[in-house]
Amino acid sequence: MNKNLQEQIIRSSGVNVLKCMRCGKCSGTCPSYGEMEYHPHQFVYMVERGEIEPLLKSESLYKCLTCFACVERCPRNVEPAKVVEAVRLAAVRQQGNNHLTPAQIPDMLDDDLPQQAIVTAFRKYTK
Amino acid sequence: MQRIGVFVCHCGTNIAATVDVKAVAEALGHEPGVVISQDYQYMCSESGQNLVKNSIKEHNLTGVVVCSCSPRMHENTFRKAAAAAGLNSYMVEIANIREQCSWIHKDIATATEKAIILGKAAVAKVHLNAPLTAGESPVVKRALVIGGGIAGIQTALDIAEAGFDVDIVEKNPTIGGKMAQIDKTFPTLDCAACILTPKMVEASQNEKIHIHSFSEVADVKGFVGNFTVKIKKKARFVDETKCTGCGLCTEKCPMKKVPNEFNMGLDNRTAIYIPFAQAVPKVATIDPNYCMMLKNGKCGVCSKVCSVGAIDYKQEDRIIEEKYGAIIVATGFNPIKLDKYDEFAYNQCADVVTSLELERLMNAAGPNGGTLLRPSDKTHPHTIVFVQCVGSRCDDSKGKPYCSKICCMYTAKHAMLIREKYPDTEVYVFYIDVRTPGKNFDEFYRRAVEQYNVHYIKGMVGKVTPKSDGKIDVQASDLLANEQLHINADMVVLAAAIEPDKTARPLATMLTTQMDTNDFFTEAHPKLRPVESATAGIFLSGACQGPKDIPETVAQASAAAAKAIGLLCKNSITCNPCVAHSNELMCNGCSSCEKVCPYGAITYVDKEFRMPDRTTAIRRVASVNPAVCQGCGACTVACPSGAMDLNGFSNSQIMAEVDAICK
Amino acid sequence: MQVNENKEFEPVIVAFCCNWCSYAGADLSGTNRLNYPTNVKIIRVPCSCRVNPMFILRAFQRGADGVIICGCHPGDCHYTSGNYYARRRITLLYSMLDYLGIERNRTRLEWVSAAEGAKFAETMQKFTADVKKLGPNRRLEDLRCRKQ
Repeated sequence: MNKNLQEQIIRSSGVNVLKCMRCGKCSGTCPSYGEMEYHPHQFVYMVERGEIEPLLKSESLYKCLTCFACVERCPRNVEPAKVVEAVRLAAVRQQGNNHLTPAQIPDMLDDDLPQQAIVTAFRKYTK
Repeated sequence: MQRIGVFVCHCGTNIAATVDVKAVAEALGHEPGVVISQDYQYMCSESGQNLVKNSIKEHNLTGVVVCSCSPRMHENTFRKAAAAAGLNSYMVEIANIREQCSWIHKDIATATEKAIILGKAAVAKVHLNAPLTAGESPVVKRALVIGGGIAGIQTALDIAEAGFDVDIVEKNPTIGGKMAQIDKTFPTLDCAACILTPKMVEASQNEKIHIHSFSEVADVKGFVGNFTVKIKKKARFVDETKCTGCGLCTEKCPMKKVPNEFNMGLDNRTAIYIPFAQAVPKVATIDPNYCMMLKNGKCGVCSKVCSVGAIDYKQEDRIIEEKYGAIIVATGFNPIKLDKYDEFAYNQCADVVTSLELERLMNAAGPNGGTLLRPSDKTHPHTIVFVQCVGSRCDDSKGKPYCSKICCMYTAKHAMLIREKYPDTEVYVFYIDVRTPGKNFDEFYRRAVEQYNVHYIKGMVGKVTPKSDGKIDVQASDLLANEQLHINADMVVLAAAIEPDKTARPLATMLTTQMDTNDFFTEAHPKLRPVESATAGIFLSGACQGPKDIPETVAQASAAAAKAIGLLCKNSITCNPCVAHSNELMCNGCSSCEKVCPYGAITYVDKEFRMPDRTTAIRRVASVNPAVCQGCGACTVACPSGAMDLNGFSNSQIMAEVDAICK
Repeated sequence: MQVNENKEFEPVIVAFCCNWCSYAGADLSGTNRLNYPTNVKIIRVPCSCRVNPMFILRAFQRGADGVIICGCHPGDCHYTSGNYYARRRITLLYSMLDYLGIERNRTRLEWVSAAEGAKFAETMQKFTADVKKLGPNRRLEDLRCRKQ
């Protein structure tokens, strides 16, 4: 089960996780580092090792801003944000696992919240 | 009719595992002209070669085919064996059934079939081989070293020591290269200038060494032993023979705002300048981009104060031509430009510097006289962060794929020197790996950590942000503590990748030598021939061949010198006998061949021919100079009448090979 | 052409490789044990400029199904300009073969350097596959040359 899940995540991300040279520049750049339990460099390493379960259950999936700074800065072109997105999709696409429902939106609204944030949130957190 | 012997090598199991060598020997034994066909374990061994020699004598062989590894490995071995047995060396052909057969194919049946076909092609070719004698061409006993850094200087000193004349061509006004800009060298912490300048002086005083400074190679023609090189001596506007290097002109020059290249632009120099105090030659040079006299016709102070009248505003570039037997390339390296690394704020903040700039900042002859001060406000830095691998080990389009080799060591050196001189300054080094492969290198790095308390952190800097209070916020990851750090730094030093000098690629085209995609010169064999290029007579010395530190550079420089000396000490070298020749009776004098020859080896001569009616007519026919011809074959295809042919790869030989393969 | 009853068509491919770059590249792919089909047989020439278009036509006449010429990358020719001549000649040859109605994919000119072992193997694999798809060369084959 784990092997299949690992293969599926690697395939859907389009990333070759073996290219990572463990430099840590992605985590060094990540603006959400402090909020995350598992950081970008750990995502890449744990997907390579097949430790997908802890990642699926972690809140870190939803703290990633998809700012792509890690993709921009990675010297090896590993694209960690795509790995995070692939794991997030694997989590969200399970039955009944939408991270965001329309019912939650009214409580989150305020004058400063741009329309685009709601659209992006639904793209990222639901299937 | 030829009497051909075929020898099929097992090469241990390298060939025998995937090719049935006995079947190959058997099949080839049936080919027309083959009188003996056998297999053997290791043809290249002494007993294998003896087998060939004995067979030649015993069976009166006129041609030999060896089915073995690539001719690029052992063609010479078997040629020598044939010559030793009294058979002309060029009656030997090799069929490549290892690199191009047994090593790439897995199915024994098809691999054996292919080996037999390749063997048949070689047999067909040997049938048409004619004995060839190699000519000789003289060797000019003079060497050219392109580049006057430590690599070029060491090579020149070694060649001069052997008694040959050497010319050094250096594009900067002085020799010395990057090593002259370095403060101290690892792992001994010797002062670089102290160990370099004696060599520079020795080079300038050695009778056999001639330095062409502020010069560039403009054109190279010829071939090994006989290169004709045009050197452009750029105008310094100062007469080298008169200038004493007193420096008065540099003191009096009113244009003082020229960025000083020697100090990496961190301070200024005058328009007329001597690059540094120990420059060789110690001669002033005028920078035409900044000199007011050369640009606007105003000033002229330097020529007024010069007591020997060495200033010559009318001086022009001139070209000299010289002949050399060997050329050694020593063009060196430069740190890369950091334009694509805005995350480190190199262009935005004056206190973010490269390691070479730091080297100048710490040097006693540098912009601050040896006191390390922040470039922005000249205050003392209390916290310095070193970032490793900037632009190295990258798999993207921004940086270089290779490791630059010297950065781990020089950063440890910088860190130690700073900690020793300023114990109150904290030093952090963010690394991916620490690479310390040389003698005493790892011990050196451990001293930095254990004795000098340099903080080595495994992780990478993600972002450098200059702050309004003048300090720099460095955001980085610490992978072992699993934290993201923010360091309030005063200076950030980037270990930028190194790349070959930009003049290297045009030079490679002039020399017809090969380079790889990173612009490093390609050596003839990466393991066994690291200082020669594939082009005969061109040798490689120093960082132009690959990133390396000073001990390796000096070792390689001496190795290149040894190879060059091996060439120069010969009075003549044997030419390649596989040259073109023209059948006078078929040549109609059209000049097509002359036009395509890259070496100018073909000329036209008027010759007398006896006509059928017993008169004599004079006709213009092609004549190939066998010493100059390199055997490319361009003329053979250009010739419309088929008069031109190539020894060793003649039209009939190649067509026989084609026939054998397609049957 | 090798036509064996009940067996798949295996094309005969002749490769002309220049001694300095592509032959060394072929050796490198051998050293690295990179596979390519046995159909490819290599003839060594000093430079790609040595390849006379007549050799290519002869190969087709004698039954080759595909011919590939490999040389140094433009700018890197050991003899300075040889590969430029090869490039021009082969361009004209393509024109002529086109006129004769010979499929374009039967002939190919490729630049392979001495360091490109992997590229050499890939090129040979692709070329063999392309020629296999085209089937046996009937148009230029001289039946008198066929093995009896």
